[in-house]
Amino acid sequence: MKVALFVTCLADVLYPRVAQSTVAVLERVGCTVTFPADQTCCGQMHTNTGYQRDAGALIRHHVEVFERALDGGADAIVAPSGSCVGSVRHQHAMVARNLGDEALAQRADLVAQRTFELSQLLVDELNLTDVGAYFPHRVTYHPTCHSLRLLRVGDAPYALLRAVAGIELVELPSADQCCGFGGTFSVKNADTSSAMLADKITAVSDTRAEVVTAGDASCLMHIGGGLSRIRAGARTLHLAQILASTRAHPTELIDEPERATR
Amino acid sequence: MSTFIGMPAARGTGDLQGDRPFPQAAHDALADQQLRRNLGYATATIRTKRAQVVAEVEDWEQLREAGRQIKAHVMARLPELLEQLEEQVTARGGTVHWARDSTEANRIVADLVKATGSDEVIKVKSMATQEIGLNEYLAAQGIAAFETDLAELIVQLGHDKPSHILVPAIHKNRTEIRDIFLAEMAGVRPDLTDEPAELAEAARMHLRAKFLTAKVAISGANFAIADTGTLGVVESEGNGRMCLTLPDTLITVMGIEKVLPTWRDLEVFLQLLPRSSTGERMNPYTSTWSGVTPGDGPSTFHLVLLDNGRTSALADEVGRAALHCIRCSACLNVCPVYERTGGHAYGSVYPGPIGAVLSPLLTGMTGGHDAPNDSLPYASSLCGACFDACPVKIDIPAMLVRLRTEHVDLAGPKTAEARSMKAMRWMMSSPRRFALAGRLSRLGRFAVRRGKPIVPLPPPLNGWTQSRDVPVPQGQTFRDWWLDNHGDAR
Repeated sequence: MKVALFVTCLADVLYPRVAQSTVAVLERVGCTVTFPADQTCCGQMHTNTGYQRDAGALIRHHVEVFERALDGGADAIVAPSGSCVGSVRHQHAMVARNLGDEALAQRADLVAQRTFELSQLLVDELNLTDVGAYFPHRVTYHPTCHSLRLLRVGDAPYALLRAVAGIELVELPSADQCCGFGGTFSVKNADTSSAMLADKITAVSDTRAEVVTAGDASCLMHIGGGLSRIRAGARTLHLAQILASTRAHPTELIDEPERATR
Repeated sequence: MSTFIGMPAARGTGDLQGDRPFPQAAHDALADQQLRRNLGYATATIRTKRAQVVAEVEDWEQLREAGRQIKAHVMARLPELLEQLEEQVTARGGTVHWARDSTEANRIVADLVKATGSDEVIKVKSMATQEIGLNEYLAAQGIAAFETDLAELIVQLGHDKPSHILVPAIHKNRTEIRDIFLAEMAGVRPDLTDEPAELAEAARMHLRAKFLTAKVAISGANFAIADTGTLGVVESEGNGRMCLTLPDTLITVMGIEKVLPTWRDLEVFLQLLPRSSTGERMNPYTSTWSGVTPGDGPSTFHLVLLDNGRTSALADEVGRAALHCIRCSACLNVCPVYERTGGHAYGSVYPGPIGAVLSPLLTGMTGGHDAPNDSLPYASSLCGACFDACPVKIDIPAMLVRLRTEHVDLAGPKTAEARSMKAMRWMMSSPRRFALAGRLSRLGRFAVRRGKPIVPLPPPLNGWTQSRDVPVPQGQTFRDWWLDNHGDAR
C-alpha cells in the first residue's frame, strides 16, 4: 500500500521521533511512505477555539496538499494522531460548509474518507496486529478521547500492543476519563485542566507502569508534562514508538523531548 | 432559516447567568476539597447505575434515535403543537397563559396565587421555576414558596442554590444535610443523626403539614401531550403527586419545548428518561393530568407556557437541538469538568455540558472577555462523553465549537487572542514559513537553562506551566530529517 504521511504539526516540530517511528512501522509492514512536504497544520486548534475563518484557510491548504497526494497514487493518508484525524474526518467539511464553501466541503469529504489514524490503518485496513515489535517494558495505554469517542478506534490499539513481544500490558484505571488537555482548554481553564490531569497521573502511577502510551502526541505532551513536573517514575511514549521498537533497534526509555519546568 | 412562533423573540432572563466567568468560579470550587469528594463519589455512583441499566436495553441506540427524531419533529412543528395544546387544555377546563420571559412568567404566577387569597404555595421540583427565579419573586410579593422535593428542600433550607439538574443538593453530603436540618427545620429532633432514613423521616414530618393545608401548588412539567392536553411529571418521592392532587389550585410552568405530539411518544421518553437520570428502570411515580376533573384533584388548573429565550435558540440551526434536552442530567454525571467544579461554577441553573450550551443560547452572548455566559462554551475539553451519554443524541461538543465561533465573531478581530490566532494562521498557511518556524523553534532550547526557562511564560501560556513542564524542541524537525534521509520531498 502506498501511504501519504500526514505528520501533524505537533509531531513535525516537537515530536519528530513519533513521526520517524510511524514511517519505520509502515515501511516494516510493506507500505511505501511518501511525505507531502507542503503540508502544515489541519487547523484543529483554530476550529476548536472558535476561529473558523482562520481554520478555513488551513483546511483549504490541507485538502489541496492531500488531494495531490491521492492523485499522485497514494492509497491512504495516515497520521499518528486520533485528534487530528478526527478533525479531518468530522470538522473539515463542516467548517467549509459553515463558511459557505460547498465545493471545498465535498473535496474535504473525499480526503477525509481516505484518512486514517495509525492503529486503524494497521488493524482495520491492513488486517495486521503483529507488526514485529519488541518492547520489554511494563506499559499502560490511555485511550485518548478523540480516538475513543470521535474515531471509535475501539480495540485496535490494544490488539497491536498485545501482539508486541516482551511487553507487560497493564490496565489503566478509569482509562476512558479525559486527561484534561483539550487544546486551548488547558490554558483557558488551567485550574480545571490541572485537576483532571492530577487524577490521570494518579491513575498512571497506580499501575506502576514504566511507560504510558497513547495514539496522540498532544495528550501525551500534557500527561508527560505533568509526570515530569512531579518527577513521577513513568514516562510517555507514543504508540508508534512502541510499535517501531525491535530487538535489533529497541526504543529506549529517554525523556523526549527534554522539558523545562516553570 | 428561522422559526417564528408568534411572539417577538425575547432573550432569556432570570437565573440563567452567573456574575463571573467560569474559570474564576471554577478556581474557587476546585479549592473546596469536601465538594470535590462529594461530587466525585456521587457522580461515580450514578454513572455506574446508569451504565448498568442502559446496558440491559437491547434497542437503546434505536430508542435514542427515536427520541432524537421525535424532538426534531416537535421543533419543526412547535407553533402548531403549542396551539393544539392550548386548545386541548382549555377544552378540558384549564387556562393557558403565554410568558415571553421570566418577568412575565413570574408576574402571571404571582397574580394567579394572589387571586386565590393564599399567601403560601407548595412546589413540585421544577427547573422552569428555578430558571425564572420564581421563589424569590414570590417572596418579594409576600408569598412563601415551600419546596417539597427532598433535595430542593435541603437547598432551600440551606439558603443555597441547586448545583445539579436532577440532584440539586449533590454538593452536600449527609452530615452537612443533617446540620442544615438541625439549624433550619422547625421542630426537628435535636438528636437527629445523619442516617438517610432519619433525614427522610424528618423531612416527611416537616412537609406533611404543608401538604394538608396548602391551597395552591406550583409545578413544572416533564412533558405535555398536544393532542389530549395532558401534562406529566415523573419523580421518585411521591411528594410531587401530593402537590398535584391535594391543593385546590395547580399552576404549571412549562418551557415551550416540552410538548410532544401524542401519548404514543411517551413510550420512547419513559424508557429513556429514568434510565438516563436516576439509573432506574422506571421512576416510582408518573403523574399525568388533563385539565380539571370535578371531585378529583385541583378544581382550578393554569398552564404557563414559557419562552424565555427558547424561540431565539430555535432560530439557531445548530443550537436548536439543545431544546431537545429532557433534563435527565446524564451529561453532567459523565462530564470530567462538572465532576471537578460542580454546578455552581456555571452560574446558570443549567450546569454541566448541556448548561454550557443551553444557557448562552437562551440569554445570548455579548462577545465580552469576562461575560459569564460567553465563557461557558469554553468550559469543556471536548472529550465527547456527554454526546455518548445523551439519551436524545444532542451533539454537545459540536454545539460548543459552534458557540465558540459565535463568541469570537462577537468579540471581533482586535483581541490579543484573535491577533495571535491570525498570526498562527499566516505562519501555518505557507509551507515555507511553517518550515522556517519549525527551525526557529529549535532556538527555544537556548531560552532554557538547567531545566528552567530564562524568562517566565506570559499569560495565558503560564496556565500551562502551573502544573505541567514544557517540551523543548530538540534536534531536527521531522520535515528536515525527511529531506536529509529520503531526499525526494514528494
